[in-house]
Amino acid sequence: MPTININRKVFERYVGKKLSTEKLKDRISYLGTDLEDVNDEEIVVEIFPDRPDMLSVQGFARAFSSFIGLKTGLRHYKVEHSNEKMIVDKSVANVRPYTACAIVKDMRFDDEKIKEVIDIQEKLHITYGRHRKKIAIGIYPFEKIKTPITFLAQNPKDIIFQPLEFPKKINALQILKQHPAGKEYGHLLEGKEMFPVFRDANGEVLSVPPIINSHRTGKISEKTRDVFIECSGFDLRVLEKCLNIIVCALYEMGGKIYSMDLSYGNKKQVTPDLKPEEMKVDIDYVNKWLGLNLNESEIKKLFERMGYGYRNKKALIPAYRADIIHQVDLAEDIAIAYGYENFEAVIPQVATIAEENKFEIFKSKIAHLLVGLNFLETSTYNLANKEVQCKKMNAEIALISLANSISSDYNVLRAWVIPSLIEILSNNKHHEYPQKIFTIGTIFKQNNKFETNIEENERLAVAVASEKTDYTEIKQVLDYLFRSLDLKYEIKEAEHSSFIEGRVARVNAKGKNVAYIGEINPQVIENWELETPVTAFELNLTELFEVI
Amino acid sequence: METDRIASTLHPLERKVLPILKSTSSFESIVEKTGLQKVEVMRALQWLQNKKIIRVNQKLQEEVSMDENGLKYKEKGLPEKNFLESVKDRATLDKIEKTTNLSKQELSISLGILKSKAAIEIKKEKEIIVSITDNGKKLLKKGFPEEEFLKKKFPMNTSELKDLDKFAFENLKKRNRIVKVDIIKIINAELTDIGKKIIQHKIKEHEIIDRITPSVLKSGSWKKKEVRKYDVKINVPDISGGRRHFVNQAIEYIKKIWLDMGFKEMTGSLVQTSFWDLDALFVPQDHPSRDMQDTFYVKDPAYGKLPKELMKRVKAAHENGWTTGSKGWQYKWSAEEAKKLLMITHDTYLSAKTLASIKKEDLPIKSFQIMKVFRNETLSWKSLFEFCQIGGIVVDPNANFKHLKGYLKGFFAKMGFPDVRIRPAHFPYTEPSCECDVWHPKKKQWVEVGGAGIFRPEVVKPLLGEEVPVLAWGLGMERTIMEYYNITDVRDVYKNDLKQLREIKMWMK
Repeated sequence: MPTININRKVFERYVGKKLSTEKLKDRISYLGTDLEDVNDEEIVVEIFPDRPDMLSVQGFARAFSSFIGLKTGLRHYKVEHSNEKMIVDKSVANVRPYTACAIVKDMRFDDEKIKEVIDIQEKLHITYGRHRKKIAIGIYPFEKIKTPITFLAQNPKDIIFQPLEFPKKINALQILKQHPAGKEYGHLLEGKEMFPVFRDANGEVLSVPPIINSHRTGKISEKTRDVFIECSGFDLRVLEKCLNIIVCALYEMGGKIYSMDLSYGNKKQVTPDLKPEEMKVDIDYVNKWLGLNLNESEIKKLFERMGYGYRNKKALIPAYRADIIHQVDLAEDIAIAYGYENFEAVIPQVATIAEENKFEIFKSKIAHLLVGLNFLETSTYNLANKEVQCKKMNAEIALISLANSISSDYNVLRAWVIPSLIEILSNNKHHEYPQKIFTIGTIFKQNNKFETNIEENERLAVAVASEKTDYTEIKQVLDYLFRSLDLKYEIKEAEHSSFIEGRVARVNAKGKNVAYIGEINPQVIENWELETPVTAFELNLTELFEVI
Repeated sequence: METDRIASTLHPLERKVLPILKSTSSFESIVEKTGLQKVEVMRALQWLQNKKIIRVNQKLQEEVSMDENGLKYKEKGLPEKNFLESVKDRATLDKIEKTTNLSKQELSISLGILKSKAAIEIKKEKEIIVSITDNGKKLLKKGFPEEEFLKKKFPMNTSELKDLDKFAFENLKKRNRIVKVDIIKIINAELTDIGKKIIQHKIKEHEIIDRITPSVLKSGSWKKKEVRKYDVKINVPDISGGRRHFVNQAIEYIKKIWLDMGFKEMTGSLVQTSFWDLDALFVPQDHPSRDMQDTFYVKDPAYGKLPKELMKRVKAAHENGWTTGSKGWQYKWSAEEAKKLLMITHDTYLSAKTLASIKKEDLPIKSFQIMKVFRNETLSWKSLFEFCQIGGIVVDPNANFKHLKGYLKGFFAKMGFPDVRIRPAHFPYTEPSCECDVWHPKKKQWVEVGGAGIFRPEVVKPLLGEEVPVLAWGLGMERTIMEYYNITDVRDVYKNDLKQLREIKMWMK
C-alpha cells in the first residue's frame, strides 16, 4: 500500500494549525490512515487504496483539518470555463477510448511544488491508476501547446518525437525499446497496431499515453504558469475522479481551475465537473448499522467533519471522493467522524449453540493418543518441493505445482506427509534419540470431482528414528490406534520404493486402502544423510473418518 | 546428629570411596584402591561434594609424554648423537649418511643442531666435509641432555621440570614428533571438616538397604535393617514426554474460547478458486491484492469450477451493484479470472462459503475457523509463507458495529489482553473496516492483531439472498504465540527443532 512522506511545516500550513506530535499521532490513526512515522520535519502515512484523494499533502491536510473540526463541510472549488477544446478521435476507441482534461492557471511553481505535482501524479499512477493500466496522467506546460488538442490513434512508426529526458527524436516503437519508461510500461501497448497519441493544433506530439510525454511540450518548469492536465484510460468515471483529485490539489496550491470542451464525435462533454454528487441518507439505516442513535443535526455535523455537505436528507459527496458507491460507505465515514474510539464494546445476549467440527475432534483425539505413546507432535508446511517429496524419497509421485512461487524451496503442494517428517529427522540429527514424531497435515492431488479439481486429504504421518526401531515397533503404534478406534484392519504386502522391499505394507480398513507402513529404505536414509534406521506410516484420516 | 544423618544417606559408591580418602587424595589412586570404574568414582565424588563432605579440586596441568619419534630415538639414540659419533675426526656427509642410515631430513636437522652447539665445523670443497670440534668431543663424552631426558619415566608434569631437563624439553618440543604435550585435568579430593567427622563414624555397609527390591520385600529384611536415606535435593537427569505442538496447544485453547462464546467451527480447503477467495468478497478483479506477487496461484490444474447461480449474482454485484443499492465497481467482470485456483490468502473465504450455505431461518449464526493461509513471500525472521489465521462471522439481523468491538474484546480478554481498540482501516469487503489492536501490558504499547468489519451488502446479499449485517474478522495468531513463548524469529514457530519441542513450556491458558 502506498505511503506518502510529507513535510510537517507544509502540512501544518495547509491544515491551518500546529499540533503536538502526540495529538498528530492519535488523530492520524483515527482518520483512517496508518501512521508510519512522525517527527519534527516529516510525517509518513500509509494511505488506504480507497482514498486516492489523500495521496497528496493538500488532500491529506484537507481531510485532516475537517476531521479535527477546523475547516469542516463541503469545500467549493471554483471552475471557470476556458473554451479550450479537446477532440477525441474515434480511432482511440479500441486502444484507449477515454480522456478527461482540464487547465489550471496561475500556478506559481518552484522546485518544491514541481516535486509535489510529480509526486501526486506518480502515486495516482501506481495506486488508483493500477500502474498506468487503468489511468495514465499527463501534465503539460500549457503555454507550449496550441489548442485544439486531438486525442487519436496512429501507427507507432508515424509518431515521432523527442520523449522526456531523451537526447533525440525517435518513433513510438523505438521508445518502447530504448526509453526507460517505454521498457517499463511498453507491455500495456503490446500487440496494438495503433498507439494512442495527444497532438496539439500544430500536430506537435504531447505524449503517447500511458508511456511518455514529449520533452518539449510535456515538462513543467519554474517558468510554467498554466498547466494542461489529461487523464486517459478505459473508464470515463474513473478518469474524471482522478482528474478531480489532481485539480483540487492544484487549486489548493493556488491555481485556478478551467474546464475544457471535449467532443467524442457528436457527443460533447465538459471536464472537470466538481459538482458534488448526492446520495440519499437513511438515518435509521446508519444508526442501525453502527449501533448509534444519532439525530439529523448530529449526522450533518459528522458528515461535515469528513468534508461532506448535507442537505435535505442527502449527503453531498465531494467530487474528489472515488470510493462512495453505497450508503454503507457513508456509514463508515460517519463512524470515523464519530470516532472509532468512542464506540462502546457490547457483547449482545444472542443464544447460539456452539459446535466443534466432528472431524477436528477426531483429529485431536488421534493426536492425543500418539502423545500418550510419547510421540512429539510437529507442525509442518503444506508447501514443499520436488526434491523433498520425490527425489530424496526415492519415489515418483505426481505433484501439483504452483505457478509463481518466489522460492524453489516451496513451489509444489505436498502429495504425502512422510517426507515432511523425514526432513525434520534430518534436521535434528544432533538431538537425542530415539526420536518419535508425528504430524497431521493436508495432502493435495488432482481430482476433477472437486470444485477446485484438487482433492485435499488430511493425513497422519508417524515416524520413529532410533538404533533399534523396526517394523514391529511401528506396527505396534498402528495396532494401538486401530484398537483404540475399535476398528479392524488388514495388512497386505505392498511395493513402495521409499521403503525396504519386503518390509512395507498397505493397510486396508473397511475396503479402503488407508495407509502405508514400513521401514524406510536405506537409500532414502542415505539421501537425507541420516545415520539411524527410520520406520514410518502414513494414514489417511479423511477416509478413515468416513468409515468410522 | 547432623553427621549421623548425612552418613545414613550415603550411597554404596560413596561408602566405598570415603574411607579411601583418609589415606589418599588423587583421583587415580582412588580408582585403583576402590577397584571402581572411573565414572563411578566421579559420581561418588560429585555426590560427596554436594553433601559438603569433601572438596574436589580440579586443576589443569601440562603433561609431557613421548611421541613416535621419541620412542624410536630412545631406543636408537638421537640422530644428532649418531651423526656426531660417526664423524670420528672428519668425514664426508655422504659417508655419514651411509654409516648412520639417517634420512635426509634427520641429516639436515642434525647438521643444524650440531652447528648451533658448535660441535662441528663444515667445509664445502668438492664434497661437504664435516669435522668435529673440541666442544663436540666434550659433548660426546658428557652425553646429550636431550637423550638423557628421553630416558626418563613418562608422562611427566611439565611444571616440575628443572634446569637441564627443562632445557632439553624445550628443545625437543620444537622438533618433529619427539614429545607431545597434553593438557590434562588433575582431580584431587580432600575431606572437609564435616567429612573428617563423618569418617570417624563407623560407616555401616552391610546393615543398610540400598534399594527396595522384590526380594527385600519378600524376605521382610527391611524390617530389621535401615533403608539408606536419599539426598532428596539431588539433580536427576531430564526426561521428556510426548506432547502436542505448541501452536496446536494454543489453537486448542483458542477454539475453546469461541466455543464458549457459542460459535460453530467451520473447516475448508486450502486451495480455492479466486471466486471464493476474492470475487465473492467483492474484491474487484483489478485490485492490487490479486497481484501475482502476494498470491500463490496453482499451475496445473490452474482453474476450478464456479457455482452457476451464485456466480451470476456476484458478477452483477461487481458490475452494477445488483439489487444491493450499490453502484458496483462498474467494470466487466470475468468468469475466467474468477476460476483461477490459488492458495487461500485469508480464511475469510470460508466465511463467504458459510454465508452461502445458510438459510435465513437459521439466523442468528455465529461461526469461526482457524486455518492456514498463504502469502507468496520469502521466509524470513519476520515473515512466513504459510501461517494461521483466526476468522469468524456473526450473522445477526440485529448486529452492529458496537457488537463487533464487543466480540473482539471478549475474545482478546480471554487471550490475556483485556484492552482492545479499533482504528479505521480498509478492506474491499467490509464497511466500516477496522484494524484491531490490543494493549500489551509488558511492552506498554498497542500491538496490531488483525482486521475486522461489517460485510458490505454487495458481499452478503448475493451469498445469503438477504441483506443482513454480518460481523467479520480475520486475526493473526503467530504473533501472540511468539510473545507467549519469547520467540523472536517467526521461523522458529515452525522450525520443528526437537529440543525446542521437548523443552518448551506448555500453553498455560
